[in-house]
Amino acid sequence: MAVQDLDVAAYCLRLGDDALVLAQRLCEWAARSPQLEEDVALMNLALDLLGQSRSLLTLAGEREGAGRDEDDLAFLRDEPDFVNAQLMELDNGDFGRTMARQLLVSAWSLPLWDALVTSTDPDLAAIAGKAVKEVAYHLDHARSWVVRLGDGTEESHRRMQAGLDEVWPYSFELFESDDLLQRLVERGVAADPAALQPIWLATVSEVVAEATLSLPETDWRPAGGRRGTHTEAFGYLLAELQHLHRSHPGVSW
Amino acid sequence: MDALEQQFQDTVDGDGRIEPRDWMPEGYRATLIRQIAQHAHSEIIGMQPEGNWITRAPSLRRKAILVAKVQDEAGHGLYLYGAAETLGADRDELLDLLHAGKQKYSTIFNYPTVSWADVAAIGWLVDGAAIMNQVPLTRCSYGPYARAMIRVCKEESFHQRQGFEALTVLANGSPAQRRMAQDALNRWWWPSLMMFGPSDDNSPNSARSMAWGIKRFSNDELRQRFVDATVPQAEWLGLTVPDPDLRYDEETGHYVFGEIDWTEFFEVMKGNGPCNRQRLATRVAAHEEGAWVREAAAAYAAKHSAREVAA
Repeated sequence: MAVQDLDVAAYCLRLGDDALVLAQRLCEWAARSPQLEEDVALMNLALDLLGQSRSLLTLAGEREGAGRDEDDLAFLRDEPDFVNAQLMELDNGDFGRTMARQLLVSAWSLPLWDALVTSTDPDLAAIAGKAVKEVAYHLDHARSWVVRLGDGTEESHRRMQAGLDEVWPYSFELFESDDLLQRLVERGVAADPAALQPIWLATVSEVVAEATLSLPETDWRPAGGRRGTHTEAFGYLLAELQHLHRSHPGVSW
Repeated sequence: MDALEQQFQDTVDGDGRIEPRDWMPEGYRATLIRQIAQHAHSEIIGMQPEGNWITRAPSLRRKAILVAKVQDEAGHGLYLYGAAETLGADRDELLDLLHAGKQKYSTIFNYPTVSWADVAAIGWLVDGAAIMNQVPLTRCSYGPYARAMIRVCKEESFHQRQGFEALTVLANGSPAQRRMAQDALNRWWWPSLMMFGPSDDNSPNSARSMAWGIKRFSNDELRQRFVDATVPQAEWLGLTVPDPDLRYDEETGHYVFGEIDWTEFFEVMKGNGPCNRQRLATRVAAHEEGAWVREAAAAYAAKHSAREVAA
């Protein structure tokens, strides 16, 4: 019988929702990518994130101790119960915007998982050990596209900058702290978001410079995902994700 | 027959492999390019009917399996285009021919996936039929194609098993799930039988492909094998094969099945299936919308190789 720990459950739910929602967005690229190599790569990213979300949601359910499994958490919660960052749920836009988001997310999740490898929660540390290797590739993949698109043609430069500008304001939410995080950081369970931000900014700045792009300047900092407030697009994402499962309550698949 | 041609035929007859640098008849080369390209096109168009259910898969486990499967199909497309390139074809040109409707892909992908059970049925029936077709190709006379097929077949057999397993769950599930499973079998059974191509007396290129060691068994032989293997599986699932004439012949040990509606097959082949236009339009849109990305990658590569030369 697993030990109930609601703080760890809530933290795993945040990270699990991040991975699930971003995986769902990447899945929308199936059979629609710019070239065959990218069909393989994007599905690979989606598969990694889906795997991470399954482990995290399973662990969240165990620590919650209410008998919910990964599917209960993915398919039977409503919009305000999801605690992913809004960045994950934004529409894909074009390939440039999708890669801009991949860069911002991977540059955050790599140091995050790296820190969680030494989490005092052994199950979370085990998930981190696998995830850190996966997101290292995700960051390389995003970096190489952002650089090629930024420093490619006039059109790709314009699109890449526009994509970056669109997703950028949503990145601040990744570094928010709250009471839950403070308690977990103190216990050595969670990564301190304040410590991740400079690493993230250094990576992103370096890539953006190499891509001949500029870091967007904005004082607009949309947030609220961690408290269950989402963008309009999110309801549609959940409707698609959940409708079949919910149409046949209680059956096996 | 000149000496080169004799040597080629001897290699084929002796069950040897023809490699890219070997001499080969132009007809052999052209036939292989057409067949391999059609196979590659089928893999990438085939991502659409299944991709249609990725975002709606009913459990996270099923979603992960489906994503992995669609990823495999893109991978199969990649190494099949690679195999065609060993014959002097060019991937971009082959894609242009697909987009212009000048090269075909399997007719099966012009049917819609309207329920979750269709994804399972595709795994069970369509991948099952593909395996019947492709296992003999692992012994095809052209080396790169034969080797690509070994890898493809391993993955296809995983796809087939997961499809059958997913359908088993539905067939043993709620009344609504069982209805979904039966409905999928009703719609996919006959198109799956058509995947083996026209019957032998109506298949103009078969004899030549057999002589060249590209084809090992006739369309009808492979179709019979598929029916013999699949009907007992349907019975085990408790589903009814939608063929009133289907019966087991004790004497031959084979199932006898009803007449295939070849009019439907040729109509779908001509472009008049339920999804022909949609599949091609989606494929063309992805290609066109991705043009700026491919152009940027090429421009970046050119810039940087020029800079390296300058430095």
